[in-house]
Amino acid sequence: MLAVNLMIESLTSGAGGGSNWTVDLIEWVRKSSLSKSLANLAGYEEAPTPPDWLVAAVGGGIGVGMVIGFVSIVAMFSIWLERRIAGRIQARIGPNRVGPFGLLQSLADGVKLLLKEDIIPSGADRPLFILAPALVMASALGMFAALPMAAGAGFTDLNIGIVFIIAVSALATIGVIMAGWSSNNKWALYGAMREAAQVVSYEIPLGLSLLVPAIVAGSMNLREVTEAQSIWSGSCWLIFQNPFCLPAFILYFVAALAEVKRAPFDLPESESELVAGFHTEYSGIRFSFFFLEEYGAMFIMSALGVSLFLGGWNFPGIDILRGGWLVAAQLLVYIVKSFFLIFLMIWIRWTLPRLRVDQVMVMSYKYLTPIGLILVLGAAAFEILVAGGQPFSERPIWMQALTPVLVLFVFLLFLWMLRKQARDSMAAPFTTPPSAGAPRPA
Amino acid sequence: MSQSNEPTGAVAAPVKPAGAGAYDADFNLKPKFGSEPAPGERELVMDVRTQDMEMNMGPQHPSTHGVLRVLLRVDGEIVTGAVPYVGYIHRCAEKIGESVEWLQYLPYTDRYDYLAAMNNNLGYSMVVEKLLGIEIPKRALYLRTICAELNRIGSHLVAFGTYGLDLGAFTPFFYCFREREWILSIFEKICGARLTYSYIRIGGVFNDAPPGWLEEVGAFCDDFEEKWKEYNDLLSENLIFITRTANIGIITPEDAMAFGLTGPCLRASGVNYDLRKAQPYELYDQFEFNVPLGEGKKGAVGDCWDRYDVKMQEMRESVKIIRQCLAGIQEGPILAKLSSALRVPEGHAYVGIENPRGELGHFAISGGDKKAIRLRVRGPSFCNLAILPKLLRGTMLADTVAVIGSIDIVLGEVDR
Repeated sequence: MLAVNLMIESLTSGAGGGSNWTVDLIEWVRKSSLSKSLANLAGYEEAPTPPDWLVAAVGGGIGVGMVIGFVSIVAMFSIWLERRIAGRIQARIGPNRVGPFGLLQSLADGVKLLLKEDIIPSGADRPLFILAPALVMASALGMFAALPMAAGAGFTDLNIGIVFIIAVSALATIGVIMAGWSSNNKWALYGAMREAAQVVSYEIPLGLSLLVPAIVAGSMNLREVTEAQSIWSGSCWLIFQNPFCLPAFILYFVAALAEVKRAPFDLPESESELVAGFHTEYSGIRFSFFFLEEYGAMFIMSALGVSLFLGGWNFPGIDILRGGWLVAAQLLVYIVKSFFLIFLMIWIRWTLPRLRVDQVMVMSYKYLTPIGLILVLGAAAFEILVAGGQPFSERPIWMQALTPVLVLFVFLLFLWMLRKQARDSMAAPFTTPPSAGAPRPA
Repeated sequence: MSQSNEPTGAVAAPVKPAGAGAYDADFNLKPKFGSEPAPGERELVMDVRTQDMEMNMGPQHPSTHGVLRVLLRVDGEIVTGAVPYVGYIHRCAEKIGESVEWLQYLPYTDRYDYLAAMNNNLGYSMVVEKLLGIEIPKRALYLRTICAELNRIGSHLVAFGTYGLDLGAFTPFFYCFREREWILSIFEKICGARLTYSYIRIGGVFNDAPPGWLEEVGAFCDDFEEKWKEYNDLLSENLIFITRTANIGIITPEDAMAFGLTGPCLRASGVNYDLRKAQPYELYDQFEFNVPLGEGKKGAVGDCWDRYDVKMQEMRESVKIIRQCLAGIQEGPILAKLSSALRVPEGHAYVGIENPRGELGHFAISGGDKKAIRLRVRGPSFCNLAILPKLLRGTMLADTVAVIGSIDIVLGEVDR
């Protein structure tokens, strides 16, 4: 509830110093000649100032409407993209019948799902069963609110944007656990339990990896982090500003894969083990909510990575544009970069087998979390000891120029360590716990 | 029925509770889980009293390769007991064998192991031929061998592809179906069918190879060896795949023999027993090929990875055999002369052949009539399935899928 309140508040009051576009919009409507003539007809000099709650409701409504529209389009496009890329990888074609290149396939599927019978199992916990997909969807929509898509163009401008996104993304887990529990299905319950364990475990490395850009850029505000990457004509992305940022980005990407339940971490819905995992009993529009959330969350995790590590809307050369063209170009850059990360996720999914649940946990606690701690310490040490706490743009030129070399060095070191760890883990494979199969006390 | 005097466990209860026998009060067969700890297992003392959950994996489940139902007893993610239940597609094949004529039974053999119908045809034809004591034309023998080995490749391709699916890798499945498609079209050209061929007949084969067919088989062999490397790059050497399969579901050689396993499951445990070498039938004694054995390259000998690897290696050996067939095949008749109303002399015979999944045995008793008195089939999948409860105990839920996939059963043959 806190998150929702925060969201509406930020939409209407422009927290963090951004432009208060809702108030501007209402003021514009109030000042328009139509409003004035209507007010005159009613006997007023001019249209009255609307009360705050009306401003909040209108602003919230418009914002939520925009977010829903954006999420739906992004999710549908991602689904189409995934199916086409999967087809390419698997020596087949993929959807190509509905619309140009099959682009409208997702829409057709959505209509089909809408028209399907709404089935609720007789043994299900009805209120929770109905609430779960809504909660999951709300989490995906809520996360979108904090993304800065272009300079001055975002749904909101939060000073704690990073924390907000992580907090709201955790809401989806509650929805998934609700879905698994209320379905009254053992497979669904397994999916829910795996989801809970996995997401809680991977939030630690995810949070640690997000601390690195916060330390380097000196802000939790996504807009400010993005603006810190605009020097060198928008090519000095955060991964080049600190040698520990590129490993942190890789760590972030792996943790984000687990956070959005993408292969090889798709344990909560691993169809070869758990039939369909937590959404086994869902069909029709409720199922499509889970489906949309998955792709929406994929976009958000990619977009967050882009904002924090890959320069956000910055791209070399686009700063020659002015005004609306610049915003449009920034928006395009932002979305294209995000879809590149989505493409990576899709590529990974259709290439790798799935990990086992204990291997997923071991990976989080034994490898990713220590790596995350080292990276946070390293990044902080570099900022203070080497750079003397100065922002990147104020450092001497030789240091600015030398940093990418260091980045490369640390990156290669990181890769070498990963390779070594992988070999070691292969040398000592998992054995079943000795207690397994032992009789239980009566 | 609900009361029984036989002991149900290691500890004999002084007073037997109601329904203590093999059946419960509703006359349902009660699951029998092995409850004694395996050697070396510690007893776990728990603070909180918990209860193991029983759940049905199947008959409708994506990874039971058909309609197998495995009743699992699980403690969280760990499987503490498993009982496979079979019989969901039982079609009375053996009984039908007693009521249709010798030749008419051939199409039913297609339906046991529908992925290796050529081999099933071969096994049945051979037992009838043994009873008849007839000579098979040389060309027919070559064609039979080519088809049986091609079918072995096709069957192993499905095993490999679905094993990837079981472990969450989708792409290998499509790759292997690309090659399987070619095999099926090769079969379609020679017999008109793509799955249930009934091509290998009693006394030979049903149709001669059309012009260009043998060349196409050769082209397939060349192409397949290239593609085979692709599979290894994609799956066999994948780190996640290895950690998911190495040291999982280990079958010791002693266990493998005690449970009567045959085929890749047996050979993966290091037991060198391939009927094509051990009791050479047809032309197999003339061909040069190796019998791949499990060596424990990635873990212990007889683990899931070894079973997978043996199947992969066997595909290459099959290509070798096909190449030798193509080199040696001559023109000639393809079917021995037999009367259409076939009467088989009195007697009984058993013939076992090496199916892709193990020893497919046919035992037939003939009373000198148009029909068999008794026809018994030994299906390799059914016998291999027997070791499943032992393998599944103590593994994790995800390994259940890996183990079932590695044993590579076809439920059509388990139930017949």
